[in-house]
Amino acid sequence: MESVAETRTIDLKVNGKAYSRPVPVRMMLSDFLRHELKLTGTHVGCEHGVCGACTILFDGRSARSCLMLAVQANGHEITTVEGLASGAEMHPLQTALSEHHGLQCGFCTPGMLTTLVELLNDNPSPTAEDVRIAISGNLCRCTGYEGIVAATLEAAGRMRASAGERS
Amino acid sequence: MSGRIVGQSVERLEDRALLRGEARFVDDISFPGTWHVAFVRSAHAHALILGVDKTAALEIPGVHAVLTMADLEPHLSDRLLRVALPSPAYRQELHRPVLADTEVVHVGEPIAAVIADSRYIAEDAAALVVVDYDPLPAISDCRDAMAPGAPRAHKNAPHNIAAEFDMGYGDCDAAFAKAAHVFRESYWQHRGVAQSMECRGVIAALEPMSDVLTMWSSTQTPHAGKRVLCGLLGRDEDKLRVITPDVGGGFGPKLVFYPEEAVVALAAQLFGHPIKWIEDRREHFVSTTQERDQHWDMEIAVDAQGRVLGLRGALLHDHGAYTARGVNVAYGSAAAITLPYVIPAYFLDIKLVVTNKVSVTPIRGAGQPQAVFVMERLLDRAARELKIDRAEIRRRNLVSGAQIPYKTPLKTRGGMQVVLDSGDYPACQAAALERAGWEAFHTRKAAALAKGRHIGLGVANYVEGTGRGPFEPVSVRVAENGRIHVASGAAAMGQSTKTMLAQVVAEQLGCDMSNITVVAGDTGAIELGMGGFNSRQAVMAGSSAHAAALKVRQKALHVASHMLQVGEQALEIEGNVVRLKGGDGPQVELAEVAKAVAGLPGYYIPGNVEPGLQATEHVIINDMTYANGTCVVEVKVDADTGLVTVSRVVFAHDCGRVLHPKIVEGQIIGGIAHGLGNALFEWMGFDENAQPVSTTLAEYLLMSSTEMPPPIEILHLESPSPLNELGIKGVGESGVIPMTAAVASAVEDALSPFGVSITKVPLSPPDLIALIHGASQEKRS
Ligand code: FES
Ligand code: FES
Repeated sequence: MESVAETRTIDLKVNGKAYSRPVPVRMMLSDFLRHELKLTGTHVGCEHGVCGACTILFDGRSARSCLMLAVQANGHEITTVEGLASGAEMHPLQTALSEHHGLQCGFCTPGMLTTLVELLNDNPSPTAEDVRIAISGNLCRCTGYEGIVAATLEAAGRMRASAGERS
Repeated sequence: MSGRIVGQSVERLEDRALLRGEARFVDDISFPGTWHVAFVRSAHAHALILGVDKTAALEIPGVHAVLTMADLEPHLSDRLLRVALPSPAYRQELHRPVLADTEVVHVGEPIAAVIADSRYIAEDAAALVVVDYDPLPAISDCRDAMAPGAPRAHKNAPHNIAAEFDMGYGDCDAAFAKAAHVFRESYWQHRGVAQSMECRGVIAALEPMSDVLTMWSSTQTPHAGKRVLCGLLGRDEDKLRVITPDVGGGFGPKLVFYPEEAVVALAAQLFGHPIKWIEDRREHFVSTTQERDQHWDMEIAVDAQGRVLGLRGALLHDHGAYTARGVNVAYGSAAAITLPYVIPAYFLDIKLVVTNKVSVTPIRGAGQPQAVFVMERLLDRAARELKIDRAEIRRRNLVSGAQIPYKTPLKTRGGMQVVLDSGDYPACQAAALERAGWEAFHTRKAAALAKGRHIGLGVANYVEGTGRGPFEPVSVRVAENGRIHVASGAAAMGQSTKTMLAQVVAEQLGCDMSNITVVAGDTGAIELGMGGFNSRQAVMAGSSAHAAALKVRQKALHVASHMLQVGEQALEIEGNVVRLKGGDGPQVELAEVAKAVAGLPGYYIPGNVEPGLQATEHVIINDMTYANGTCVVEVKVDADTGLVTVSRVVFAHDCGRVLHPKIVEGQIIGGIAHGLGNALFEWMGFDENAQPVSTTLAEYLLMSSTEMPPPIEILHLESPSPLNELGIKGVGESGVIPMTAAVASAVEDALSPFGVSITKVPLSPPDLIALIHGASQEKRS
């Protein structure tokens, strides 16, 4: 049982903030974020990589934090749902999800948001089909996905418009 | 009628915290010094427990205890969870033990609780707890359970029948004797799992100064949970509090009280440490209640024009291993089957059969989807045999608008007469058919067929009993800072309960949603409560919120009129002030009114009213209100692979007055997705030894975004219910109810060139291929 008690110190950045923490080597990244850093916005729905609730951005790419060890995050940058808004101002995806009733219980929402942030980074003008494919690995039992797809298209439009204003 | 807030798609109170990751689900709650639980669960569907060896587990550093029934029993008033709803139909008592210690009757049944510093350590140790089993024969299929000489699902039980009863009215024998046609068929709808994205979970902590034990549980029924726990632990009501935090979906099973709640609460009391257990997904598959396995053998009698004369048969309902709620699912099925139609004679023999599988309690729809599946399949069969259009045969049998309120001969489980209170079912069907292009579809179908493509259209009607009474209390209080606090026994699990209550209250008290705080599902905030199930909260809690808000409004106006020396009639509440109508004149803040009625020692309360700007109401409504709808589904079936693609869903429905259009649509679409899953994908498999064979989300398939049809076309008909002030009917389950029926109807239509007959769901591609090749639907358990 000694090996399971073994710890390593990891250095990582989460939502722009640097952390240095000793962690048990077998601790999952999802548990580390939730229970060590108290960033409980990242949810755990299956712990076997299917539901997508635990999705975070790992160096900007979506990843399932229930399938990674915390030690694998050493030296990396993570964004969780808590890092999407700037202060009181929500990310356009967050606002649009609310407007389109793209969330009910909200349990799948953090994973949806991180997945969709990645999508819109890669593809600022997705079609409805693109959005459906992007979230096809994120399960939602409440909404039937329609509001999420509509919200994403709306947010993409708003983000393009404001990017246009800036350039 | 819609108001400034009621009837509008206002921003939900819940959204901001959920979107920012700031919500508080049960696993987000933690306290320093929390100990964690992992349960040792039965590996067998049926076995005797000869012994439990904890030695190795206890040697692991960080393990504090391994609890079995022997450890718990001295501290419990009862070994069993006696939570079953009353019914004269029971044939034996099948209460769950808090922990199994002599016999296990399903895989996943909890036997021991390992308590450790972390869940990781608790799971390590749980793997080292050695349970000595003596395996016994298990019942997997409820039909086998009825065979003569079948093994018993519980070793010492006299038989495998949990309950039996019949339901019916009219003279079935006469109806069948004179019928022009009688059609006979057997149907099966399969068992599914609720699969809320958040599994169950509970954390309990004893506060030593006050000696109050608080349990946060992802339960839909905190008040009921408190009652059970007070009884089990022998705690006074004021020494126990149950709180439902944010809940990541309920869908039914979270209304049940579970052994894990009892164990965790007791452990917190015993050890003085906060104790937490969070169900993982595999546990959800083997320990959270399930529903839907039913076998129906039915006959329908019709005249030459397809008018139904009688309906009769037998229902075998898989009850699972224990009675965790009651006979309510089977009752709900039996009471739902006739509802949309005028059926002169009806008889159903119902048996609830014990199996060695997870207990059955309601999942969204609660027995109604199965009943609708059977009724609609029978009507399709009759239409086919009589060569009548499927919509036409329904039209000939639907309860007409002129017959409403229609007193059916049926009774609810509480003995109240079932009266269809509102709605126009034929108009609803007509609206759905028109939108779906029903009339002209045969041309499209023929054109597709000419190109070798199989498309089909299906239709199903449902009538859903909603708003289960008798009451749900709500209190409304204006605090001395002017903030409005609403508390309710209603529990929120994602269906926007807080927003709904705030809307109803805001409409009467200033129309400012941001000035309202709602506490739903906290026994510390309101004494009585029933909770969330049966599409009841908008009807029951909404009605109480309306009544309480009206009382507070009247009082605020009355007191303000004294404070302002203006007649009550001239005043209005706007934002956080009471003012002269229109706003040109004297005004007083709600906060001032609240302060005034809080009283000052030795002075009159203005207006001579009772102190406090508050009211609590428990509006009692015994009769259920009946929502209805028609669903038309279009599918494409690949006859080579058996793949079904749902290409269109039209859903016309009537849930009375709509409080929040977006929330209503969200409930419907979510229910439709669930129902499509039941129709096509969701398969909770058990082998012949009742071992579950689908215990991950990779094996049990939920609808994902790519399987959803294009945006669902929802048509709203609005016949307000006369049974409550707001005119509302429940909607939370409506989407799911007609889906398996409508999909089966559509697939059968698409495959009409092959003459297939669909009698069970889900419809897997291999099953369809077999049907196409002339085989009957194969048995799979
Ligand atoms: S919790 Fe990670 S995919 Fe489900
Ligand atoms: S909103 Fe409940 S799971 Fe998606």
